[in-house]
Amino acid sequence: MDKHSPPTPTDVDEHDSGRAKPRNPLQKLYAAFESPGRRRALHLTILAILIVTPWISSQYTTVILTNALLYVVLCLGLNIVVGYAGLLDLGYAAFFAVGAYTVGILTQQFGVNFWAAIPFALMAAALAGVIIGGPTLRLRSDYLAIVTLGFGEIVRFTARNLEITGGASGLSHIPEPSLFGWHIDSSIDFYYVFVVLAVLAYVASQRLFDSRLGRAWLYVRHDEDAAEAMGINRVATKLAAYVTGAIFGAIGGIFFSVNLGAISPESFSFQQSVLILLAVVLGGMGKIPGVILGAFIVVLGPELLRDFGTLRLLIFAVLLLLIMLFRPSGIWPEKRS
Amino acid sequence: MLLQLKQVSLSFAGNTVLHEVDFGVAAGRIHSLIGPNGAGKTSMFNVITGFYRPQQGDITLDGEQIVKRKPHAVTRLGIARTFQNVRLFREMSVLENVMAGQHCRSRAGALAAILRLPSQRAEERRILETSLECLDFVGLMGHQDRLATNLAYGHQRRVEIARALATEPKLLLLDEPAAGLNSGEKQALIELIRRIRDERGVAVLLIEHDMSLVMNVSERISVLDHGSLITEGDPHSVQNDPKVIEAYLGQDDEELAL
Repeated sequence: MDKHSPPTPTDVDEHDSGRAKPRNPLQKLYAAFESPGRRRALHLTILAILIVTPWISSQYTTVILTNALLYVVLCLGLNIVVGYAGLLDLGYAAFFAVGAYTVGILTQQFGVNFWAAIPFALMAAALAGVIIGGPTLRLRSDYLAIVTLGFGEIVRFTARNLEITGGASGLSHIPEPSLFGWHIDSSIDFYYVFVVLAVLAYVASQRLFDSRLGRAWLYVRHDEDAAEAMGINRVATKLAAYVTGAIFGAIGGIFFSVNLGAISPESFSFQQSVLILLAVVLGGMGKIPGVILGAFIVVLGPELLRDFGTLRLLIFAVLLLLIMLFRPSGIWPEKRS
Repeated sequence: MLLQLKQVSLSFAGNTVLHEVDFGVAAGRIHSLIGPNGAGKTSMFNVITGFYRPQQGDITLDGEQIVKRKPHAVTRLGIARTFQNVRLFREMSVLENVMAGQHCRSRAGALAAILRLPSQRAEERRILETSLECLDFVGLMGHQDRLATNLAYGHQRRVEIARALATEPKLLLLDEPAAGLNSGEKQALIELIRRIRDERGVAVLLIEHDMSLVMNVSERISVLDHGSLITEGDPHSVQNDPKVIEAYLGQDDEELAL
């Protein structure tokens, strides 16, 4: 679908601009990687950089990059809900929490094997997606935002007040997993686990985007009535976006919990939801490479500005404001104009 | 009868929009629904396609109940429609727009897409082929990768028809398909409507204000006025029906030129 037909002499359209000329550097860069061969080369280069990085950088950098990769997974998940289906979700951290707590509780309190606990965590997240989605998807976007915000807070307060979730202090000593005799415990180990997760999230996002369901999300976002008239069940389609997003969030949460070995309700605050949403909006809703870039900016930005001491968050905030002022639809350029 | 309405009544907050309408469209027929502005024509389309729920009455397609079904379920049963003001999906290509129609004829879910199962890939190929065939049918081959909303207006109307055909309907509802078209485009539309029926076997029900087009293409015409069906018949008899002429009195000249 990247090919555009050349305008033919018989074209009668006056206002059709055909393919837009690349204007800014990012657009030029994007256009340069439109051919499948070059795109594959780019993918392999990025993968090679990701693999080599921990060997040539400090442990501190590795830990920060691991966090950035976690955000890639979370942001790609939220991108499905917000970017594809157009459903503003202000409580996305709740799904992240459901994944983390389910695995934490099952492994630490019931001694369940980590890998055996994963399906339960995914099911719990899918169920949470249906519970929040079912009754609320008939609401319009602004009301939906408020309800999801409430849902995020409910999950956090529940975790804070239940005994099984460890109350306000949360769960600690969550056992590290092993895979075929490989005990995943060092920061480099976890870095590679998150590289794999981020790659899988990327591939899954891309494939969903190129599928019948991915298109249906866009149809429903653009015009619900026209989509219904084309035989698309809008409630089921939105619910599918919610559940898929929830599962991405849960996968992030599952590995977050074993990486840190401890989780507390404060890891899943409203601020967390906002930060993930910020990365998605910053990078460009619905644009996968943009969302990945947004995740890296949100995590690495404050770290790179550490030299400015207490001013760093202020500087970061001003930078974000400037970006949104000059590129309101996100950093990443539009594919077509 | 392919489509059958029995005693259908619709009202909004006490205002009667449709009053005990009995109406039918035979399979393979080109049928027009005419009437003055505000007669309830588009409301009738919305009732048939499930967007409005009538207070009373019965609607069946091939004997299957339609009332109480959601619009997407009605489309799945075999009724496709276009809108009075073109409603294409913005920021999406012509092809992607047409592919929307194939949604209800395919079934792969998220997991199948992520794993790229062979069945999912075969289904995607079929969606693509059917959509391209529909685009070709309406004469827009070569335009598939352009943004739908960048096309000329007449072409956008054709994209909408292709999108509706992609749902593989038994009955196609066209809501003022000639609005905003020039005379050459209107002539092409008449041919397209005939080909939809002749080559695809799809019955067509259209709402249209352009009387020369209606008289030219329709095999049967129903006239709606103030929510009631006042007459029905072939173009010639409707044209000379005094009730029809009376209903149109006070309308502008173009519509009077029966």
